[in-house]
Amino acid sequence: MTVSQIDEEVAKLLELKAQLGGDDGKQTFVLKTAKGTRDYNPKQMAIREKVFNTIVSCFKRHGAETIDTPVFELKETLTGKYGEDSKLIYDLKDQGGELLSLRYDLTVPFARYLAMNKITNIKRYHIAKVYRRDNPAMTRGRYREFYQCDFDIAGQYDPMIPDAECLKIVYEILSELDLGDFHIKVNDRRILDGMFAVCGVPDEKFRTICSTVDKLDKMLWEDVKNEMVKEKGLTEEAADQIGEYVSMQGGMDLAERLLHDPKLSQSKQACAGLTDMKQLFSYLQLFQITDKLSAEKVRTTETQVLVASAQKNLLEERLRLTAELWNAGIKAELLYKKNPKLLTQLQHCEETGIPLVAILGEQELKDGVVKVRNVATREEVRKASQKRGWGNVCSAVEKIL
Amino acid sequence: EHEEEILRGIKTQKGNPSSSGRHRIEVAKLLELKAQLGGDDGKQTFVLKTAKGTRDYNPKQMAIREKVFNTIVSCFKRHGAETIDTPVFELKETLTGKYGEDSKLIYDLKDQGGELLSLRYDLTVPFARYLAMNKITNIKRYHIAKVYRRDNPAMTRGRYREFYQCDFDIAGQYDPMIPDAECLKIVYEILSELDLGDFHIKVNDRRILDGMFAVCGVPDEKFRTICSTVDKLDKMLWEDVKNEMVKEKGLTEEAADQIGEYVSMQGGMDLAERLLHDPKLSQSKQACAGLTDMKQLFSYLQLFQITDKVVFDLSLARGLDYYTGVIYEAVLCQTLQAPTPAPAEQNGAVSGEEGGVSVGSVAGGGRYDGLVGMFDPKGRKVPCVGVSIGIERIFSIMEQKAELSAEKVRTTETQVLVASAQKNLLEERLRLTAELWNAGIKAELLYKKNPKLLTQLQHCEETGIPLVAILGEQELKDGVVKVRNVATREEVRKASQSKHELNITLLKTMCFMMLHE
Repeated sequence: MTVSQIDEEVAKLLELKAQLGGDDGKQTFVLKTAKGTRDYNPKQMAIREKVFNTIVSCFKRHGAETIDTPVFELKETLTGKYGEDSKLIYDLKDQGGELLSLRYDLTVPFARYLAMNKITNIKRYHIAKVYRRDNPAMTRGRYREFYQCDFDIAGQYDPMIPDAECLKIVYEILSELDLGDFHIKVNDRRILDGMFAVCGVPDEKFRTICSTVDKLDKMLWEDVKNEMVKEKGLTEEAADQIGEYVSMQGGMDLAERLLHDPKLSQSKQACAGLTDMKQLFSYLQLFQITDKLSAEKVRTTETQVLVASAQKNLLEERLRLTAELWNAGIKAELLYKKNPKLLTQLQHCEETGIPLVAILGEQELKDGVVKVRNVATREEVRKASQKRGWGNVCSAVEKIL
Repeated sequence: EHEEEILRGIKTQKGNPSSSGRHRIEVAKLLELKAQLGGDDGKQTFVLKTAKGTRDYNPKQMAIREKVFNTIVSCFKRHGAETIDTPVFELKETLTGKYGEDSKLIYDLKDQGGELLSLRYDLTVPFARYLAMNKITNIKRYHIAKVYRRDNPAMTRGRYREFYQCDFDIAGQYDPMIPDAECLKIVYEILSELDLGDFHIKVNDRRILDGMFAVCGVPDEKFRTICSTVDKLDKMLWEDVKNEMVKEKGLTEEAADQIGEYVSMQGGMDLAERLLHDPKLSQSKQACAGLTDMKQLFSYLQLFQITDKVVFDLSLARGLDYYTGVIYEAVLCQTLQAPTPAPAEQNGAVSGEEGGVSVGSVAGGGRYDGLVGMFDPKGRKVPCVGVSIGIERIFSIMEQKAELSAEKVRTTETQVLVASAQKNLLEERLRLTAELWNAGIKAELLYKKNPKLLTQLQHCEETGIPLVAILGEQELKDGVVKVRNVATREEVRKASQSKHELNITLLKTMCFMMLHE
């Protein structure tokens, strides 16, 4: 008998023994999947198939092709691409050949594929599983093996058209999947960096401040500001300035307004980003998807003017002016605070879509005028209030409206 | 840092001649490292290749692959199968002890402080684990996914380390041979629909084989090893197979000759009937059980109308140890063309072949009643029968076919390109394209503000887009959009005031084109 034959026979006997189950040699079977992974049962597969069909139809409708890449890459292909996350990569055992690692995402393989095949233009989608050795919290739906579904347009084209198509695709997919209402936030790295610059953030802190700002969807502004000042060493002033900007939302109008912002317009980067943002929104309008983009909000009130105060102790004047506007049939509001901050009042306009703000200020009152400002463009219209009845203000507001 | 140490070590040994070899190796290693780090300018060099034995699928290959999967999955669904998916790696212990000698071909994951893991080697063991884990006793399931084997890839022969398997299995205790017959019916349907040319399916039974060995005087402990020698009959001549049996495996010449007589037999139900009355073979209870079931199988296959392509072939002996009953293998009858076939496959004089070169099997399977029981703590048995479709082989054949045929394989499904005949019509193009998308029509536009019409038409030709909707200044004033058949250049003018009308026109035109293809 050869050695391999002996091995075969031994394996057979062990199997047989395990089957027979003897007193001593009962093989215990650990019946489970690896940590952070799971099987998909037929019900889950049926749901998955529907979702993939919807998504793939959309990609195909937009003329995308698809590729596939191996589940593992040469270790060196993935090295140095994921920063701190590199420790989450699954390596294969060194079994005498090349060193291999399981893919961490689909983007690096895509870049490798383009370079390897010298491809300069492609519109491709890729749906496949990726692998990350992090701490799975199974209840929260985080796994170590999970699907990614990527769509990318590679190539030199006229600006913002492919970018707009990506957003159109997201819009179509989320609409067709019938998951309920959604909105898509857009921004631009150049606008962010420009904003940091004009707010006095030192260049070397851009990335770290950026990741703090990123926490705004999970943390309150106070805590985010705290982290910026206490942990990352920004001045309170810089943090506050950032705070004013990051509370802004809008559509093309916001981009237009910011292009005229005295501070932000000093940054060439920001201006480039804002110009492109306007272009993007013009395309999105043609694609008819601006309704779901960052705060083209459906208004729940019809208020036309907010009566605001720029300093303390002007509540009386606010109350009087608001009443006059109401009497003139104009839809007006004021904040129920004796001494609200101007920023807070302006934010309220932005959040609820109030188009005009009438700002009462100490000096202006002495001069007998009220500043009426277009919230979107920040364009100011000063108007007389000689008659203590505010009559002129009302007509001014009416004219603007 | 490690490299620095080595360098220092080398420097101290500089004078020593016997260290020059090691010297060279270390220098080479350092140069490699330097190349990786990118030398003085810090530019990272990329090694642009996939791992050995693996490959990317480009869009053309994906288009072919999608067609093949659709055909196969339709067939599975037609037969009422559900599908599951399992993780790409299993606990190492799940795979241990299931593949015999092939276990050395399993890819392990590095021990990174957690569980020991291995990449799945096939879809059958995960299936058995899934059944045991969920205490499932009955299921009809298909599973299409990639598996991983560290063997010596011969890329030209289409063997890879990462490749698709396409399995269909029926698990559960049922009346004999009905599920087995359905598996064969499925193989028949799939191979017919894929249009790969003529094929036939060989069937045999592990019990008939073992019974045959017994009555030919093969000692029990040699059954498996003789079985794997007999398995080589599709690649080797009988003389060489007999030689191996006698010279390497120690059979008597007499026993080998007796086996030789049996394994040259082929037929249908008639052969099974005849063998039940064979004086020698009928002495084996095992063989008789197998033969009786074989008759039953063929009666079902007749009712399924597939006996024209199924042959009961006593030389069929599939490799895997876990088969307990019927086994089968489907082979194509001809190559389409001759990419140099491997020498072993060139000889058409394999016993029983009618001529033509076998391209190897494209599907194989059988009954395996003991596998799930190996996973169950109480050893509860769940009988299974199934088939694995050799999808990679089918892909290569289809890819070859596509290359030979004049027809282009499209990598996109776009139906209309929205084009502009003059400058400054980007807005209109964007608007119209969005309308088409909203109506579910597959449309594209070039990402250029002012593309030339010729460029846009060329894009249609290159990618196979059948229709182009051309926006022109004059036409817009007149309220129309020109819709042109790219291939024939035939025009269909239609009003665009109602976008609805344009969509209808496009849909009608596309239907017309499809009917006349």
